[in-house]
Amino acid sequence: MENARRTQSVLTARRAGLVGCTTCGRVHARQAVTCRRCGSRLASRDTGSLQRVWAWLFAGMIAYIPANLYPMLVTSTFGKTQQNTIVGGVIELFDHGSWGVALIVFVASVLIPIGKFIAIAYLAVSARSAVVIRGHGRQHLYEVVEFIGRWSMIDVFVVAILAALVQLDFVATVHPGIAAASFALSVAFTMISAQNFDPRLLWDAYEADDT
Amino acid sequence: MTRIVMLAATAAVLMIAAIFFPFLELQVGGLSRKSSVFDAITAFSASGMLPLSIAVAALIVVLPFARLVAIAYALGPMALGWHPAPQAARAFRWAEATRPWAMAEIFIVGVAVALVKITGLAKVTPGPAFWAFAALVLVTVLKDSFMCRLTVWKTLEERSRS
Repeated sequence: MENARRTQSVLTARRAGLVGCTTCGRVHARQAVTCRRCGSRLASRDTGSLQRVWAWLFAGMIAYIPANLYPMLVTSTFGKTQQNTIVGGVIELFDHGSWGVALIVFVASVLIPIGKFIAIAYLAVSARSAVVIRGHGRQHLYEVVEFIGRWSMIDVFVVAILAALVQLDFVATVHPGIAAASFALSVAFTMISAQNFDPRLLWDAYEADDT
Repeated sequence: MTRIVMLAATAAVLMIAAIFFPFLELQVGGLSRKSSVFDAITAFSASGMLPLSIAVAALIVVLPFARLVAIAYALGPMALGWHPAPQAARAFRWAEATRPWAMAEIFIVGVAVALVKITGLAKVTPGPAFWAFAALVLVTVLKDSFMCRLTVWKTLEERSRS
């Protein structure tokens, strides 16, 4: 591991008059614009970061509303048509007695998206204002949010598989509902929002503290 | 590094098998229906959600596959001890940037959830592609955990300079 060795006192790239590349970790002189090693764009602090985070976050929240109001799955069995929203699907699974799966779906499509909205908003607010949790806590929160966001896509894939598989003409057919599309959009938007967040902003208040 | 390239190649072969072999087979009474991963992708376009179809295709097939190719391209020549290929840095950077968007492993969990949902309704048998896809996910996870990004970048830079 390249970063296993640790130095005793912390020297940030910015205080050393350098700028670090977020993709490959190489440091450059302040005025460098692109990284010589990997070619990504360099910026000591991404100044437009918070603006983009908020924009994508609101887009994600807006797309999440129709995702819960409209049906996710349209099932017809022997001529009877039944429409299921996200929460409806969870309740149905719960009634069948498959608590484990109901829990997975509930966590992936309700808890994680809402938790992500709150977490991203909190990080974006706290990057500006006084430190509430110290850097480590917030950095962990950021990493968890970034890692877990993609798992919300589960529900979209479940719908895709069900709709592909259950096509038995009269006996049973499953069609995807419009909520699947807006849910996928919501997940994608919040993923972009989390990626736009510059975690270095979290450490600036911390750094100012110990000088 | 050789190990990473080999795992990437393995995953690419599995991916091809996973797309075209039947994925799951559903049986209710006398009726049966086989569907492949490809059917899962086109499921949305039948209901007038073509963009979502394209997005699903990109997330579970195109992006993971393209990432494998990019990684093999960037690391392959280095594993053999040659100079890195031209644009190797760009290929590797792209593979890193698209990592969160390659959702093959999420798709597998989605399949598991879907299976539980319909077991009450019908008998479902996983086909060869299901196992290929599961193996593919395992191999991809192994590959990602073997790979130390900082070392790769460092080696890329050193090798292309000399």
